[in-house]
Amino acid sequence: MTQEEIISKINEFLVEEFEVDSEKIVPTANLRETLNLDSLDYVDLVVIIESNFGFKVVAEDFIGIHTFQNFYDYVNRKVGEKVNA
Amino acid sequence: MNNRVVITGLGIWSCLGKNLEEVKNSLYTGKSGIGIDKGRESWGYRSLLTGIVEAPQLKGVIDRRARVGLSEEAEYAYMATAEAMKEAKMDLDWMEKNEVGILYGNDSSAKAVSEAIDTIREKKDTTLLGSGSIFQSMNCTVTMNLSTIFKLRGINFTVSAACASGSHAIGLGYLMIKWGLQKHIICGGAQEVNPFAFGSFDGLGAFSVRHNEPTKASRPFDKDRDGLIPSGGAATVILESYESAIERGAPIIAEVVGYGFSSNGQHISNSSVEGQIRSLEMALSDAKLTAAQIDYINAHATSTPGGDFAEAQAIDNVFAQSKPLVSSTKSMTGHECWMAGASEIVYSTLMMQNNFIAPNINFENPDEASAKLNIAARTCEKNIDLYLSNSFGFGGTNSSLIIKKITNKQ
Repeated sequence: MTQEEIISKINEFLVEEFEVDSEKIVPTANLRETLNLDSLDYVDLVVIIESNFGFKVVAEDFIGIHTFQNFYDYVNRKVGEKVNA
Repeated sequence: MNNRVVITGLGIWSCLGKNLEEVKNSLYTGKSGIGIDKGRESWGYRSLLTGIVEAPQLKGVIDRRARVGLSEEAEYAYMATAEAMKEAKMDLDWMEKNEVGILYGNDSSAKAVSEAIDTIREKKDTTLLGSGSIFQSMNCTVTMNLSTIFKLRGINFTVSAACASGSHAIGLGYLMIKWGLQKHIICGGAQEVNPFAFGSFDGLGAFSVRHNEPTKASRPFDKDRDGLIPSGGAATVILESYESAIERGAPIIAEVVGYGFSSNGQHISNSSVEGQIRSLEMALSDAKLTAAQIDYINAHATSTPGGDFAEAQAIDNVFAQSKPLVSSTKSMTGHECWMAGASEIVYSTLMMQNNFIAPNINFENPDEASAKLNIAARTCEKNIDLYLSNSFGFGGTNSSLIIKKITNKQ
């Protein structure tokens, strides 16, 4: 899966799951504020990532994720680790 | 303090329709909501009969955070409550500024619980249940979710009393308002309709197996009944003090005037004529009425041989002189279990508002006990000033409610 495909897939499920306008999803935007995430929503984000990319997220991983770009980079790295494992 | 307690809003989502108007028409025409769920065969069900209840589509109606915690029965309850609030002229702005409570009957959330456990077993990771699972799985799923969605600030809990849950929820709401503890309470009952919910009940052999005639399978009081049919949905009855209703200019639909209850203290699943009689007499006593004043009885009768036989004896014992018209709307709906006590208040109040008694369909031949009752086998055009609704449940819990016709001038 290329980086573009990963980004496209992420944007697709965020729009569907969190019912946000796709135009608001830009790399520099703040993930939590744009999607209006509360602590419960992060649990659902873990479920969606697992079902779409097949890896398990631990809560601590979200600490360094602020923007959508941070999120894309994180998923991209984890998918790469999974492929290379 | 003895406040008068009135009904200012009704809402319904059932196999008879998705709103009050549809349900009223089904009741009047004696339309059955029963069908076949072939999928139950692969689950090892003895009976494939069920109430056919449509799933509400809530995407775009309420936001995601509100939706993910809703179990199947809580979705039904949302729809019924939204309809009732509209009728009662209660909107969210008003709810936030006033103390509105919720007492709702529910006694399972089997689908949500089962699916969560399946996920844990498969994935070995509880996080993967998602955030909504716990709010769907608890017995109080309806009150927990609706109190959040509708900004409720009053009493807030679920009543679990088997097939009398919905009736006791209304009874308790009535007492709280009567005693001045609350002014407005959303009462009701909800019931999930899926194979997860009814397997253990089916296993008791309590369900009808008249598969060749689904709409004739539920036949309360009929000599040839062979069991009940599981069903569900949700029904909401908004209770309010008379003074509050007048002050708000809310529509006053009817008045709750009596609540009787009892516990059999006997067998866990068999009915007790004596226990039911105590519930009936307590309701009449609470309402300060005589048996002869009751125009109509909406019976609990579920179409089981033993249960209907006992109830017919109890009704005859108390109402032998006046013989009011009796019907069981479960002949059309099947047994709506935790919801039934509330839905049958909605059904009967619709009859009261529209001057008819819905038929006990499929009543063709009486048995020894039901022959002593005045059963409405067909729709009757009749003014109802007072009706009584029975609900009985496993564990021997009994509840009887008496509702009175009222106009804004009374």
